[in-house]
Amino acid sequence: MVTLAGGASPIAAGEIAADQRRSGYDLMSHETQAMQDDDASNPGMLSVLDGEAQWHLKTGTADKACGDCHGEASTSMKGIAARYPAFDAERGRALDLTQRINLCRSEHQNATSLPYESKALLALSAYVTRQSRGLPIADPTTDERLRAALDAGRQTFNRRQGQLNLACAQCHDDNWDKQLAGNPVTQGQVTGYPLYRLEWQGIGSLQRRMRNCMIGMRAEPFDYGASEFVDLELFMKWRARGLSIETPAVRP
Amino acid sequence: MARALVSVPARAGRGEIIAIKALISHHMETGFRHSTTGELIPRDIITSFVCRYNGEEIFRADLFPATAANPFISFYTRATESGTIVFEWTGDNDFSATEQAAISVE
Amino acid sequence: MSSDPASATRRRILKAIAALTVGTSAVQIVRPTGATPAAMQAAIRTVVGENQINRGKVTLDIPPLVENGNTVACSVAVDSPMTAADYVRAIHIFNEKNPQPNVIGVHLGPRAGRARVSTRIRLADTQRVIAIAELSDGSFWSDSVDVVITLGACLEDS
Repeated sequence: MVTLAGGASPIAAGEIAADQRRSGYDLMSHETQAMQDDDASNPGMLSVLDGEAQWHLKTGTADKACGDCHGEASTSMKGIAARYPAFDAERGRALDLTQRINLCRSEHQNATSLPYESKALLALSAYVTRQSRGLPIADPTTDERLRAALDAGRQTFNRRQGQLNLACAQCHDDNWDKQLAGNPVTQGQVTGYPLYRLEWQGIGSLQRRMRNCMIGMRAEPFDYGASEFVDLELFMKWRARGLSIETPAVRP
Repeated sequence: MARALVSVPARAGRGEIIAIKALISHHMETGFRHSTTGELIPRDIITSFVCRYNGEEIFRADLFPATAANPFISFYTRATESGTIVFEWTGDNDFSATEQAAISVE
Repeated sequence: MSSDPASATRRRILKAIAALTVGTSAVQIVRPTGATPAAMQAAIRTVVGENQINRGKVTLDIPPLVENGNTVACSVAVDSPMTAADYVRAIHIFNEKNPQPNVIGVHLGPRAGRARVSTRIRLADTQRVIAIAELSDGSFWSDSVDVVITLGACLEDS
């Protein structure tokens, strides 16, 4: 932990005790929980169904579908999202799931990359991650190669930024379970992405949500696909290690 | 066609009251919002939802901009006979979508 | 109710409109006159006409404090045997502060078995929401809920 030295130095936030870590689901209203719990009424499931259709769609000049290589996603993709971001040996860095999907498209389907936050990429991401629903998020420290990215993510999480000079940790480590402008402050555990945010009236990625956070802090948000986001997601997966994946979650 | 998700029990006893759920992907643009350059974004909503059981209307709803995006409706009906339950959504800009589910009634 | 000439004229006009719609359960789409309780009353009268609206039989279920006004869970149930002789013909939901007073109108019949509907609605501001049920005997029953809408933090365009 870093000690305060005045000015815009990193804050000495306390990490949440292991037995107190919980998903934002626990802080939601009964109605929002009910919306998430029922697959027949969870609006995020519409995106999962789109993703399923996409999984079987032949695409690119190679005219191949994801399923042609991976078979049934319920088998081949089980547990995959739970251990992403993952280290890619060929590229020598951590990649998140959407980057992995786009690499598969360019390398194996000869297809163009799906733009960040596009309906198609969200659908595939939701469908693949849904196959890990109920599984615990893997601890990234088990892969030593991820250490540098993990440390970078930790630093970003604890660093004050923006006009409000706030660090993520100040809300999400120190003040969770309190209210901010009518919404509960969660611990920011990334168990449910891509998720249906009532505010967006649609499904969106973790990066979109983090950009909303950064805008809320009056900080310049990272671009979609920025390595800072991959590092940050890796650190947040570490914070959420052992918690179950809920994708597609529903949140206000 | 817009993605729809309907939930009907696969089987039911004759006369049993069953719950039916219908969810469809649609942005339900209210017609009251303005773009960042100040223009009014035109209304684009689903205006009508009809459910028919072996051809007979069992439920109908008139929707307005006040219906949330990705409209969800759940309602009840009696399982009278085996057959098909058909869901139909229509709306602005010639929007049309249908979905159906089979039900087996003892 | 006041008895000045303008108000009397308004009542006559509303009666005339009501005469065209009483006996049907079609919902007239009211031109958005703005977000006022008066617009809501006008929309209600378009459906109900000059009939009395009784309190009871209807239970409108909306959380009193919602996390986001974009998507508010809303259920209505009407106490009715739902037989061919005694059933709920329609349920209409109205609001008083959205740009438009109508929320949804559902049409049922004795086949429904149970007069209960759930949906998700948008509420623009803290306001009253009213549900009105029309029974097969032509009577109208209602319930209302006062809902508080909060605005979230860390939004996209803040």
